[in-house]
Amino acid sequence: MADIAEEAPGEAPPDAVDRVVVRFAGDSGDGMQLVGDRFTSASALYGNDLATLPEYPAEIRAPAGTLAGVSSFQVQISDHDITTPGDAPDALVAMNPAALRADLPRLRPGGTLIVNIDTFDERNLTKAGYANDPRHDGSLAGYRVLEVPMSSMTVDAVSPLGVKPRDADRSKNFFALGLVSWLYGRPPATTLDWIEQRFKARPDVAAANAAAFRAGYHFGETAEWAAHRVTVRPARLDKGVYTNITGNTALAWGLVAAGHLAKLPVFLGSYPITPASDVLHELAKHKRFGVRTFQAEDEIAGIGAAIGAAFGGHLGVTTTSGPGLSLKSEAMGLAVSLELPLLVIDIQRGGPSTGLPTKTEAADLLQAMYGRHGEAPLPIVAPRSPAHCFEVAIEAARIALAYRTPVIVLSDGFLANSSEPWRLPDVDQLPDISVPFATEPNAVTADGTPQFRPYQRDPETLARPWAVPGTPGLMHRIGGLEKEDGTGNISYDPQNHEHMVRVRAEKVARVADSLPPLEVTGDADADVLVLGWGSTWGAIADAVQRVRAGGRRVAHVHLTHLNPFPRELGDVLRGRRRVLVPEMNLGQLARLVRAEFLVDATPITKVQGVPFTAAELEETIVEAIDG
Amino acid sequence: MADAPTTTRKDWSTDQDVRWCPGCGDYSILAAVQLLFPELGVRREDVVFISGIGCSSRFPYYMNTYGMHSIHGRAPAIATGLALARPDLDIWVITGDGDGLSIGGNHLIHALRRNVNLTIVLFNNQIYGLTKGQYSPTSEVGKVTKSTPMGSVDHPFNPISLAIGADASFVARTHDLDRQHMIDTLRAANQHRGASFVEIYQNCNVFNDGAFETITAKQVRDDMLIRLEHGQPIRFGADGGKGVVRDPSGGLRVADVAEVGEGALVVHDARADDPSLAFALSRLSSGPTVPTPIGVFRDVERPEMSAEVGRQLVDAAAQGPGDLAGLLHSGGTWTA
Repeated sequence: MADIAEEAPGEAPPDAVDRVVVRFAGDSGDGMQLVGDRFTSASALYGNDLATLPEYPAEIRAPAGTLAGVSSFQVQISDHDITTPGDAPDALVAMNPAALRADLPRLRPGGTLIVNIDTFDERNLTKAGYANDPRHDGSLAGYRVLEVPMSSMTVDAVSPLGVKPRDADRSKNFFALGLVSWLYGRPPATTLDWIEQRFKARPDVAAANAAAFRAGYHFGETAEWAAHRVTVRPARLDKGVYTNITGNTALAWGLVAAGHLAKLPVFLGSYPITPASDVLHELAKHKRFGVRTFQAEDEIAGIGAAIGAAFGGHLGVTTTSGPGLSLKSEAMGLAVSLELPLLVIDIQRGGPSTGLPTKTEAADLLQAMYGRHGEAPLPIVAPRSPAHCFEVAIEAARIALAYRTPVIVLSDGFLANSSEPWRLPDVDQLPDISVPFATEPNAVTADGTPQFRPYQRDPETLARPWAVPGTPGLMHRIGGLEKEDGTGNISYDPQNHEHMVRVRAEKVARVADSLPPLEVTGDADADVLVLGWGSTWGAIADAVQRVRAGGRRVAHVHLTHLNPFPRELGDVLRGRRRVLVPEMNLGQLARLVRAEFLVDATPITKVQGVPFTAAELEETIVEAIDG
Repeated sequence: MADAPTTTRKDWSTDQDVRWCPGCGDYSILAAVQLLFPELGVRREDVVFISGIGCSSRFPYYMNTYGMHSIHGRAPAIATGLALARPDLDIWVITGDGDGLSIGGNHLIHALRRNVNLTIVLFNNQIYGLTKGQYSPTSEVGKVTKSTPMGSVDHPFNPISLAIGADASFVARTHDLDRQHMIDTLRAANQHRGASFVEIYQNCNVFNDGAFETITAKQVRDDMLIRLEHGQPIRFGADGGKGVVRDPSGGLRVADVAEVGEGALVVHDARADDPSLAFALSRLSSGPTVPTPIGVFRDVERPEMSAEVGRQLVDAAAQGPGDLAGLLHSGGTWTA
């Protein structure tokens, strides 16, 4: 149904730029996440590289027109490889005064500001805290302001279809999307096709949204804005098939893949919590793969059920966010003691307590490391980008299965909801992570009777055998009480307890033997090194690139494995003049590497619920190099 | 499971020393369970005992089956996961009044409402034993313990009422001084498809000795225990002289059969869809001081959760098995 020409005949194509950052901002009921997502998809299918940053309030419908209710979606599109959603938007779409007030400070000087002037009445201005209309008091002087009566033009466009004015206004986000799509040369067919598909069951809604989209698309031309129009050509990405994917979807698909690669059914026990629930939603769709999802009565039952399933020979998984991780602590300790494979996935958010449920933070690292009573070490892995979540889910499962241990995956709200193009892997090339179940007795008693010893370990990995119920002759009992190594019988023997504590720690330490070589990017031998983990990768990588482009030397190491650390890490860090550790917390990784390696690591911290920008890090790194 | 080998009690016992206090009621429950299993025709490798924390929760160590002694209160949650993953197994949950009704109350009621195929056995001794004698959520008001020197002011739970309120499809009570009644009750519970809840009055001879002897002791039993039997008029007493009749208040009361006549006796119907009778029976006694019903209060059929989960998996697979490459390509894709 693409009845809009890609380019008007005879018209010069718009100038090409190498990257553009667009930010859509409106009320939480305005559909900004939806249009951001559609703009992103259209750009992805067009072939751009991209990265997104959705931001929305914790309230489902915060009071309309207020700053608290502003929902935004930022996307950077480019014709080359990029790693962040951009520092400052080149264009801001503000659907109401509150959105303008909340997000104007982010817009780059001289940037394009597209304002829905229909909402700029006294009531909305007051709700946004404006004493005067900012359009008339000179406060927008530093920007290219495009004033558009979006609401009324949407109503004009859709009312011929018989849509009531109140309903008509709800299509104004598609008007905005059409306008921005024209402004940045996005092929309209992708979006129009999507509208038709998405609203198949409601042809009236589909028609209204399509009409609003077309009206927005045509408006630019009519308003003679061709001079503002630019486009971003497809990126020269590595050859392959790509899809645009969010971290939570990649994580869920990674879990499906892990089950496939382990030849085990996946069992997810989970309790709804922002921003982790989407993993539950996604996995619930994949019963065809034998995936069982169980929405438990609470966080503890979520992990409890996963432990039960793991005992039964499934790949047990539980997903949560910060507060839920706290609730699961005791059960994680049980899993450490039972030595069963288990994945505990924490999509971190702002804390403590309920904190900032919809905002990102990475402040659960020390909880993941130490947040259990007793000596209860477990491996920790963290993805660095949305697509990387897929790989890390498989890696976490590999470790959990090979070492019979719970593994914590630390993702965060930014990775969860943001997206990037992902070159799809060849599924036949993914690793086999399957491990055998025990089927036979592994010892004999003094009188020569075959016996099964549930804690008799593999000499290399120290993993104990995994004997699942239903296996004849291997009946055994496990539990949280300290047990004798080998037999698994309850033991309060002092020497045995110390032995078991050390064996459990050594088992986790030996995971390091199975890790790939540590990668140092940038100038590997530079005397300043930036050490990162998790979602800061994009901003750090971009900042390091800029610093090096500016003629300075800097190295970058980004950890996927946080416990145990890669064996080479100490050597890589020691001897540097400066080790900088950017983190979305108050310096938790810095504290760990200082303790582990006696390295004078300097934390670079940000806890504002939003990711670092590359510009912020560039400045800090340059100061450190020059300082 | 028809091919299960013939077993004796010994086959179901482990070589571990049983570590309950001498004289504890738990011994007789263990004996009843070990005696029951040879009758059930199941294979030991297909049976799993899962417990929480407390004296009763040591139980799995003494059963020669698969077992897990887990953490306080969480056994129903762990067992639910195992049952959903492995509907082929015969899974038992062993819990107590503190483990199952206090710290684990949430998991217990949800396991019951979901009707997961579990046999849940709650040893009720009305005291915390393993922590040495604090009052529990089933202790009577006024109970003097280490943590309630002036007497407990907590209103106790009635476990049978709670289970019926949580929509349990099988609810029963028995006691540790009647081995055959325990065996019969546990057999019925285990044969029920869905979540079965059995409360066992169990004597803690160290911290709450004799809590139930006013009703369970041999010499008083006939007059103090009301044995419920499906389809039979509810009567008790040495010569069947007492019975249960409807009370004008809407509940039930105990009456002399001679006074009210046999025709007035309530006929027990454990399979009634409506739980009102079972609930009213659970309210006949608020503690072991007055005639108290034992046996099966409720035994009804309703969909069992692991079967429903399995059915959805089958329905989903009927549309074609999962294809990983297909999944990865299921969003919009483009080729560079």
